[in-house]
Formats: sequence, structure tokens, C-alpha cells
Amino acid sequence: MRFMMLIYPDKTAEQGTMPDETLIHAMMKYNEDLTKAGVLLALDGLHPSKKGARIRFGGGGKGAVIDGPFAESKEIIGGYWMIQVKSREEAIEWAKRVPTPPGAGEGMIELRQVFEASDFGPEIAEKESALMMEIGKGVAKNAKA
Amino acid sequence: MTESPTHRAIEAVWRIESARIIAGLARYVRDVGLAEELAQEALVKALEKWPETGIPDNPGAWLMASAKNGAIDLWRRSKMLDRKHDELGYELESRRESAVPDLDAALDDDVGDDLLSLIFTSCHPVLSTEARVALTLRLLGGLTTAEIARAFLSPEATVAQRIVRAKRTLAEANVPFEVPRAEERTERLASVLEVLYIIFNEGYSATAGDDWMRPALCEDALRMGRILAGLVPKEAEVHGLVALMEIQASRSAARTGPGGKPILLLEQNRAKWDRLLIHRGLAALQRARDLGGAFGPYALQAAIASCHAVARIPEETDWGRIAALYDALAQAAPSPIVELNRAVALSMAFGPAAGLEAVDALIEEGALPEYHLVPSVRGDFLAKLGRWAEARAEFSKAAALAKNARERELLQERAEACANALLWWVPRREPPA
Repeated sequence: MRFMMLIYPDKTAEQGTMPDETLIHAMMKYNEDLTKAGVLLALDGLHPSKKGARIRFGGGGKGAVIDGPFAESKEIIGGYWMIQVKSREEAIEWAKRVPTPPGAGEGMIELRQVFEASDFGPEIAEKESALMMEIGKGVAKNAKA
Repeated sequence: MTESPTHRAIEAVWRIESARIIAGLARYVRDVGLAEELAQEALVKALEKWPETGIPDNPGAWLMASAKNGAIDLWRRSKMLDRKHDELGYELESRRESAVPDLDAALDDDVGDDLLSLIFTSCHPVLSTEARVALTLRLLGGLTTAEIARAFLSPEATVAQRIVRAKRTLAEANVPFEVPRAEERTERLASVLEVLYIIFNEGYSATAGDDWMRPALCEDALRMGRILAGLVPKEAEVHGLVALMEIQASRSAARTGPGGKPILLLEQNRAKWDRLLIHRGLAALQRARDLGGAFGPYALQAAIASCHAVARIPEETDWGRIAALYDALAQAAPSPIVELNRAVALSMAFGPAAGLEAVDALIEEGALPEYHLVPSVRGDFLAKLGRWAEARAEFSKAAALAKNARERELLQERAEACANALLWWVPRREPPA
């Protein structure tokens, strides 16, 4: 199974302050460990939110664009890892090993399981195709009527 | 089985750390079987202790320390303390004093070489293929005997015995715990790659309704392949194999339709191909090429797979290049199966007549007489040439040879389609007088 580990760093990352060298080294070592263990599929770090934007849907505003920084948000994603593991517990174990800056109390890792084909087992695929057939029949009926 | 959250967390730690612990111990005790038993005992201790104390900050080091203490106790109890054991015991004893930080460093330092030794030992040619597969999954994959048995649809007792025998064989043959030297390295590495690819294919051949442990073997093989690539980054064929597995795995969601019916490569919905795995596969293939390994058998197969992976629609497939790659593969690793695939590529690149010529040459050599795909492929060429009656006979022959029920069904359908085509074609070709 695949998990996305989303990192919500403390506020200094949003201000664009580079983390100190110890943390950078620890992070590099951690990424290397993930690679060596054969679990890392992808990873990326994100620029501070001032370089980004939010596009809000609904509420009448059709795709309203809000430029960063997202000052009103407490938690802002700083990057992610995509890992392939055997269990949710293994993902948690890896997440616990993410190096943290000393004294940072607000950081957080969020784990989210990624949908995969196996989550839609053959039964669901069959149900889906049966459903599609039903819809097709309905469409045909309506067309005739 | 009801498991507490702590139990499951310990299992996760085990999954991450076990291979490194077993490898590290094997360096000291020079016996893979004993190393694994000691590691298992440490796991049992953790399962007793950690639910009360909580999981320690560095669980890997805890398990390693516990296992090493177990080794020392074993020697103390043993009455046949020979000199060699004495030395080892002393070395372990002196290390125990400095405790966790030192062990921590030991786990990180030479663990690469230890892991590599463990991989080579598990895949040693002195063992049967089945034994290599089981031992590798157990020692490196961190799978339990029960999990291996489920994945291979074998009774647990059979797998357990296979592993016990494998360990005994290694001990009796005095197989050294080491990375093989230059002269045997290529051959030994080939054995490792073969084992990983067997595991991958076992998972890949799983069908709908199988226990989920079976398809999970693909992930196990990929994970071990990636680990190996990290340990021997200069070995081109390792990257070639990883590339091949990543690209093949990228298609798993598109390979079967409703009812588990297999979907042929060219008919798959390419939107369902996993772009991330394709990307990883292409990168691994590039690494193999950069290392001068473009013509290794695995790299060539990966290159063929990549031709499909980069084509957005089937019509964009570079069949000329695929035919050339099969040509190279036929030289690097001659096999009638490769020739058969080459015939298909030739027909796609230069027309069905070219393919027919190649497959007929294969049949003339008497290759693969019982293999259903030979008449199936020949029938396909004949159908494309409009020779429906012959095509129908070939598909029927193929259906009779097919072992898989779903494949048989598919071939019968094609035979019937040819019969239908005949109905349409005959009057046109022979207009009534």
C-alpha cells in the first residue's frame, strides 16, 4: 500500500528561513534511509505559500483565485514523501523517524493512504461496469421515449 | 487473530529492521540460520516487553542489542567453547559495555556489506530455486513462513521445512557469509536477480480472487530490487531488472477487466498505467544504460517494456525498435520465447507476412511444440492475412493447448470470430455461378 507523508513544518519554513545545517543533513540521511529500505517512491519539497495560490470553488465564486501567502491558515504543507509499505503501522513507523528541528513544537506529519487499483477490487470493477450498463439502458430507454 | 496496536507496531518495526539485524548478527555468528533464530528470539522478547514499556526510541538498536546478548548467553551455556568462539564471545562482550550508541553505529556502518552478504547467501546456487525464493523472502523480505506459504499457495509445513533444510544445507556446505569475489560475482549476482524476478512474476501471475498475499509479492520483489540497487549502484543489470519490474508493475491496474478477464497490452486503458512507476522505470533504465549495460538481458527487456510505456496510444508504438531490441535479446539470452515475441514485433513493424515467416522458422526448428501461444500468434498473423480457415484451425489448436481457463475462452472466441469471418468472406471470394 502507498502512503503520502505530508509535512507541516513550523512557521519558520513559511517565512522562507532555511533550516540549519544539522537538520538538512538529518533530512538527507532520512531520505537516504527511505531509499535504501526500498520504500521511497517520490518526494518533493514545496516553496513557501507566498509563491502559490488557492483557487476556491463553490459558494457562487466560480474558481476564485486567492494569492499566497495563506496568512489565515495555521497549517501549511511544506512537502511530501510517497512511500510503499506493507501496513499502516509501517507508514507510522517511518513517519515517526522524520527528523525534527530542535525546539520545534508545532510541526506535524500527516499520513494519508493513496488510492490504488487494489482498493477497487474486481468486485467493484464488476459492479461499476454493471452500473454503467444499467445507466446505458436507462439512456437508451429515455432516447426511445 | 486479534492483535493489539502495539503488536502491529512491533511487526512494522520488524519489517523495517529484520533484514539488517539478521545480516548484522550473521557477520558475528557466521551462520545465517543461527542469526535468524537469535533475531527471532529478540522479537519474542520485544513482543513481551514493549506492550508494557512502550516501543523504545531506537527499536532497531534495541532488537540488535537483545539478539547479541542472546548470542553471548548461548556461548556461555555452550560447554564446547573452542578458541574461535571464545574470541567472538570476547568481541561481543566488549561491545556490549558501550551499549546502544555503538550498536547504532554498527547497524549503520557496515550494514550495507552485511545485507549484501545476506542476499548472496540466501540466493546461493547450492540451494534449489524454491529454497532460494523462500529463504530470500523470509530473511530479506521479512515475511513470515505463513505469509510465504499463502503467497505460493503451499502448505505452511512445506515452506517451513524448505526453510529449515535450506539453512541446514548452507551450514553443511560451509557457505561463507560474504560478498562473493570478482570471479564468481557475475554468476552469483545473476542468481540473485533470477530469484527476485521469480518472486515478481509469481505475484504478477496472480489472478482475481487470489489471496492478496500473491500480488503483494510484486511489491516485495520491487522493494528488494530497490534495496539491491542501493547496495550495488554500479551493477547495470540490477538497475535493468528494477526498471523492468517498475514498468511491468505500472500496468497492473490495467491488466484485468471485469470478471478477472486478462486484457492484452495493446487493448489496455493506458490512463490506468501508473505514471509514477513508469517514470521510476525509465530512470532506472537510464542508469543501466549510463553504466554501459544497455545490452544486458534485463535492460533489454526493460527497454522493450519502455517502448510501450512511452507510447501514449498503441498506434504510436515504435515496433521497428522493439523488433531490433528483440533481435539483441535473442543474442544476449537466446530462447524460443524471445523468438516468438520477435515474430510478433516484426509483424507489427513490417506486416503479418514478416511475422509469419519468423514463426514458421521457429516451428520448423521444432521449438515449443506444446506452447499455446505459438499457434495463437500464428493464427493472429493468418487472420490478418485474411487466411481465415487456417487461422481458425490455429486458434482451435491453441485453445486446446491453453492451460488457463480464461485464456482458453479468449482463444475459442477468436476461433469463432474467424469462422464468422469465413461466412462473410466465402461468398465474396466464390461468387455463385
